[in-house]
Amino acid sequence: MSEFFDMGGYAAFVWPAYGIVLLVLGVLALRSVQHLRRAERELAALQALNPRRRRSRQGKGG
Amino acid sequence: MTVFWAVVRRDLLLAFRQGGGAGMAVTFFVVTVTLFPLGVGPEPNVLARIGSGVVWVSALLAALLSLDRLFQADLEDGGLDLLSLSPEPLEIIVLAKCLAHWLSTGLPLIAVAPLLGLLMGMPGAGIGGLVLAMLLGTPALSLIGAVGAGLTAGVRRGGVLLSLLVLPLYIPILIFGVSAVEAAATGLTARPHLLILAAMSLFTAVLAPLAAAAAVRLALE
Amino acid sequence: MHRFANPTRFLRIANAVLPWCVSLTAVLFVLGLGWGLFFSPPDYQQGETVRIMYVHVPAAWMGLFIYGVMAVASAVGLIWRHPLAELTAKAAAPIGAAFTFLSLVTGSLWGKPMWGTWWVWDARLTSMLILLFLYIGYIFLWDAFDDPQRAAKAAAILALVGSVNLPIIKFSVDWWNTLHQPASVVTMQGPKIDSAILWPLIVMALAFKAFFVSVLLVRIKAELAERKLRIMRLNQVARENSRLGAAQAGAES
Repeated sequence: MSEFFDMGGYAAFVWPAYGIVLLVLGVLALRSVQHLRRAERELAALQALNPRRRRSRQGKGG
Repeated sequence: MTVFWAVVRRDLLLAFRQGGGAGMAVTFFVVTVTLFPLGVGPEPNVLARIGSGVVWVSALLAALLSLDRLFQADLEDGGLDLLSLSPEPLEIIVLAKCLAHWLSTGLPLIAVAPLLGLLMGMPGAGIGGLVLAMLLGTPALSLIGAVGAGLTAGVRRGGVLLSLLVLPLYIPILIFGVSAVEAAATGLTARPHLLILAAMSLFTAVLAPLAAAAAVRLALE
Repeated sequence: MHRFANPTRFLRIANAVLPWCVSLTAVLFVLGLGWGLFFSPPDYQQGETVRIMYVHVPAAWMGLFIYGVMAVASAVGLIWRHPLAELTAKAAAPIGAAFTFLSLVTGSLWGKPMWGTWWVWDARLTSMLILLFLYIGYIFLWDAFDDPQRAAKAAAILALVGSVNLPIIKFSVDWWNTLHQPASVVTMQGPKIDSAILWPLIVMALAFKAFFVSVLLVRIKAELAERKLRIMRLNQVARENSRLGAAQAGAES
């Protein structure tokens, strides 16, 4: 097992490479989802303020 | 076509009269090149080795300097609205402004380039190659720059953004410009490099006005 | 094409597809990472460092591929004025920049043990660095405008100019590199790719592609919500202004 983590002596290069890929992609995905959640939350709050508009939307779509 | 030459004439008058454009770009060019011996040391071998690159990079930066006013000034005083109403297509007017920019910035840079080549200890053949390469390559700098200038016209901090957008696009001109000089300096033929530079200038002369005019139309909306 | 241009229809399709995309991404990531890290053999020349290739090469592919997606979406947005295409280009840019950045960092981590230095001015590394600059300029241009419609058009023009220039830049950098190539640098055209290495590579590439589609859908949804929010806020301000105006008129009469 320690042989596996040692990566033939190249652990200092292989693991950081995988680490940074997962880190950057993870942060990107997380921030994208947060952005979507925030926008949807604000949208819902604004639509609650304007019931007239919301009703017309519900009548049309669904 | 008369509109074309009228625009060229007017921009040239403005560039040379206001003590702005042309003189400042040339001074910037000279000062930037002067910084390099101070930075890397006065060793003649080193300076001769990096001379062509230093002069070309400084020329790219100097060409950028006056670009942010290319459309911005006309946008602010409404001149661009008038030009867009003229019967000539906007592409032709953009091309005229590029020509004026090259005449007022590119040509003065080329005029002082041999002097800077001497200061950097470049050989005579290399200096000849430098002037030829700049003559063929700098029109592309004005043309590509016009696209960036159109895109950033009417934008906050447009000047910095312009440099960010345009400098990566200047890279091919830099590479072939420097290699033409190096070929000439080492006694090889610079012809292929010069031909590629000319091709790039012609290519951008066709495509850049289209993109720049689209960007200017956007700024006028 | 036109069927997907309608935002509500797009949202319906995106919402149906998204869970599948996310699951597919997760499965492919587990499969690719497991295969690349555990089950693929070390290279006889490069040893264990060859495992960096499984993230490095697909990241570089994605960096280029996403620029292509951006350019096509920009062209569609510019010519047919599809707002959805404009938002696709905007949403794709940060993902492409992230993959380009990752290809540079992992390339550097691979270069250190193989070439003995973190960075060489190799043609491919240099081209990818310039590609990253193009992405960053594009993202900055979007942010520079207050009006999203003007930003969309300006960014689209830039993306198209960039896509025309990219092959020229690539050509000149390759040419520059062969001119200045130091003799000591080992090129990466080592042994022919063995199927034991090829499979984890393909799986990782598919994992990255699925990740791109998932995050792209999320980002487009966010942009659509953002756009709707903007319109609603403008409407609300207009409504309040007219109410104030009416009240004022009533008080005056």
